[in-house]
Amino acid sequence: MTWNDMIYLLPEVILTIGASVLLLVPVTGGRGAKLSAKWMMLILLAITAGSLIYCSHAVENIDQSRQLQAMFALDGFSIFFKLLFIGAIGLLVMLSEDFLAEGKYSPWEYYSLLGFALCGMMFMASGVHLITIYIGLELLSLSSYILAGFYKSELKSTEAAMKYFILGAVSSAILLYGISLIYGVCGSLNLLDISAAMSTIVTNDALMFGIMLLGAGLCFKIAAVPFHVWTPDVYEGAPTPIAAFLSTGSKAAAFAIFARIFYTGLHDFHMEWNYVLATISALSMIVGNLAAITQDNVKRMLGYSSIAHAGYVLLGVISLNALGLRGILMYSVVYVFANLGIWATVLMLRRHQYAGERVDDFEGLSKRSPLWAFAMIIFLLSLGGIPPTAGFIGKYFLFAAAVQAGFGWLAVIAVLMSAVSMFYYLRLVVAMYLREGVEAEFAITTPLKIVAGICLVATLALGIVPSSLIDQVVLSSSHVAARAALTPHAGR
Amino acid sequence: MGILNIVTYIPLLGAVLILLFLPKENGKAIRYTATFVAVVDFIASLYLWFNFNPKGTGDGMWQFRFIHSWIPSLNVKYDFGIDGISLLLILLTTFMGIIAVVSSFAAIDHRQKEYYILLLLLQTGMIGTFCALDFFLFYVFWEIMLVPMYFIIGIWGGPRKLYAAIKFFLYTLSGSVVMLLSILALYFFNSDGIPFLNIKGLGNAATFSVLQYHKIGHLIPPTLQFWIFLGFFLGFAIKVPMFPFHTWLPDAHVEAPTAGSIILAAVLLKMGTYGFVRFALPILPDGTKQWLPWVVGLSIVGIIYGALVSLVQKDMKKLVAYSSVSHLGFVMLGMFALNPMGLKGSVIQMINHGISTGALFLLVGIIYERRHTRMIAEYGGLAKVMPVYATLFLIAALSSMGLPALNGFIGEFTILLGAANRSIVWASFASVGIVLGAAYLLWLYQRVFWGPLDNPANKNLLDVNKRELGLLLSLVVLMVWIGIKPAVFFDIIEEPVNYVVRKVDPTYFDQKPLAYPPAAPVAVTAVETAR
Repeated sequence: MTWNDMIYLLPEVILTIGASVLLLVPVTGGRGAKLSAKWMMLILLAITAGSLIYCSHAVENIDQSRQLQAMFALDGFSIFFKLLFIGAIGLLVMLSEDFLAEGKYSPWEYYSLLGFALCGMMFMASGVHLITIYIGLELLSLSSYILAGFYKSELKSTEAAMKYFILGAVSSAILLYGISLIYGVCGSLNLLDISAAMSTIVTNDALMFGIMLLGAGLCFKIAAVPFHVWTPDVYEGAPTPIAAFLSTGSKAAAFAIFARIFYTGLHDFHMEWNYVLATISALSMIVGNLAAITQDNVKRMLGYSSIAHAGYVLLGVISLNALGLRGILMYSVVYVFANLGIWATVLMLRRHQYAGERVDDFEGLSKRSPLWAFAMIIFLLSLGGIPPTAGFIGKYFLFAAAVQAGFGWLAVIAVLMSAVSMFYYLRLVVAMYLREGVEAEFAITTPLKIVAGICLVATLALGIVPSSLIDQVVLSSSHVAARAALTPHAGR
Repeated sequence: MGILNIVTYIPLLGAVLILLFLPKENGKAIRYTATFVAVVDFIASLYLWFNFNPKGTGDGMWQFRFIHSWIPSLNVKYDFGIDGISLLLILLTTFMGIIAVVSSFAAIDHRQKEYYILLLLLQTGMIGTFCALDFFLFYVFWEIMLVPMYFIIGIWGGPRKLYAAIKFFLYTLSGSVVMLLSILALYFFNSDGIPFLNIKGLGNAATFSVLQYHKIGHLIPPTLQFWIFLGFFLGFAIKVPMFPFHTWLPDAHVEAPTAGSIILAAVLLKMGTYGFVRFALPILPDGTKQWLPWVVGLSIVGIIYGALVSLVQKDMKKLVAYSSVSHLGFVMLGMFALNPMGLKGSVIQMINHGISTGALFLLVGIIYERRHTRMIAEYGGLAKVMPVYATLFLIAALSSMGLPALNGFIGEFTILLGAANRSIVWASFASVGIVLGAAYLLWLYQRVFWGPLDNPANKNLLDVNKRELGLLLSLVVLMVWIGIKPAVFFDIIEEPVNYVVRKVDPTYFDQKPLAYPPAAPVAVTAVETAR
């Protein structure tokens, strides 16, 4: 480590210090309590984002030490995801305000945990070494376990946290075991070294086993079938803003490491893993979408729908081409915006602690508030991949990647399942518009309006004029994609 | 600012104006504004009619072109342009747009503001679909249409509206997403190819331009054409709808409000047939020929099945809905005769079906507004109390069953000629359909309008009012005009139809001097040698 390396790590360092300070503020007693936790968190995020942008320019003229280079990359890919994460956490802070305003729980702890989770996500995005990725993932997971159980006094929330923790811990162990096997065969944990080692290996059972275990652990994190069972329970039990966090930011981070590991590290063995992943992807889309149809609880429905979306994103991993990688990046962005918008709308229906839960709660929203009901339609259409919303552009990339990679059958399943998904998304539309609902009370507060508004504008704008995002995505993914293309896999 | 943009976006602009400036309580202002917008749009589309050059060939066939870059990184272009076929369909859309808006005046009494906004949005989607010459743009408009129609059925529909609306949405959506895959396969064939399936690309710059695919279509290997055609077929056949993909149609029609049914029958169903004639046939000549027996078989089954099911319907609207299945079978049959005669008849019949069936749905809607039932058994002897209505109904029914001097005859006769040119068997089956068509329509007419006026509820029915009369008369004028002077319309579609035939069957025009007599065997051998 040199001082120059600190420039590379500056955003994470600032974030870690800031999150620790947030944790300590209540300890200082009366003086700190007057500060607004929300604003301090938002300022912290802004500083982190600013330093990230600064560093991304500054590092062009600064050499990274070899040790850090093997662990941590500040490339276009990671900067893209880090900015997405910071934005998502910023929106989540807005989402959480009302939930914290009840005053039962300390906002300082809450925001500080979000900060640590963000820090983990940022390390995941930058990790080019399995240990960096693993530690980032654990930092994110541990923070998430606590946040899922943040309703300490609620049985449901505690149960969700316990489930999440136990299954998560097991999956981390599996992941770690897979990493150790890969290390044993390849002699390194750096993704490039792994890739170089693999290009000389024809077949190796231990390595295959390691890849499968690693894949299983990662599939747990993105909630792909058959590692998905925790998702609906945890989404249902966790406080709604945390469910929103788990289904957006945390998931996008898992997509990022999935893409990085498979595109940079494991692409040489793609013939061995891609059919396994293709099966997982197909199962996730089928099970997720079909199970979502039967749900009456919106949070569970969104849980199953997020399983299905993990299946779509896996298309991008499986296809292993430039389009697929772009698809993962695009889809992460459009998915985060559409999903956060939906969660914001769910929170608007909050009539008591767990409200906005049943599909029926949406009844009458179109009368009470036409604008947000319209916004909800746009979010749902975006998740369903209907133009002119951003979701269509994201799905377009993923489907195109799958077709180009020769996975026509998987693409057929994917498009048909995205048609099926409209069935349960439309259930919410039916409740909002087509049923004559009772005049109900809604909690449409300013922060929720801001979040939903931002998501609405983003979802529409990225759908109608997607060019700038596509250009950015092409630029950000080119480095990683080029690396994957270095060793052509067609020969194997 | 192309004229096509103006025609496409006037309804959208009108919808936005209504949304922003008219309070929802003021139903009257909303209705009249919507009518005004629809009329302005129709007038704008008349500009196309008067400035269209039917003699344009080659690239000149695509007129009023407007190209602008949209998503440069994917080379998606905002590419508008029309030929004779799109022109007629756009005029049909804008005309039926007025009919739909005005026919809703009395029927829609709640949530009027949303209703007219959706109707206008739908119109923008439909016109855009007919104008788009870029697959990406086409797909966007194609999908946009679904949402307003879903709401129109779902909010203002009948008792089973939720079921019908969701069924409509999911059926058409599943078809169109499969079509998207076919578009993608074309896209990759034109550019990089699909190495994993051993499909070599042409190496051209990636593009979604429909005209580019018209140029390279014949280079696509037959196996790939087979699959791409299947994707297009599912997308379009569900929309048409062809037997056995038609089951959403009766539900959607029966539950939809009158204007919804009119738009659905007159324009939305034409999206499917338009898709075949614009994309599937010219781009995939081999695929077309490989699937031809299936498509023709399903069309014939559709013609007969639709007519037979119509015969036994107790509900007037359902009867008209099933008759659409039969009529659209004709359109498909004529198209897949793959000769100029059949295709011309097919295109003309698209327009005719829009006018005649639109008129029938409007008529059914008028009687439904008065009696709130569509059961045929509830009626009888209406000719005595509603003479004008009865006359107009008769004209619409005659037009629909293909009586000479009315429009339906022109379409059906030309289709039969084209089909007979290909195979006398096809034509025989189709003529059975015509006979059955006359049967169910005349029997319907007999049960509703003749006989004793024995149901007391019918004794005081009011005849059509001025608004309804105006709508119906304008439709009747069109029926007669097309029936007596079809040459105007045939001239407009002459070039586009020949263009499609040249694409799908390049040897056709080489062998044509022998066309008569005897036409049928020669044409068949021509096709077989082409295979």
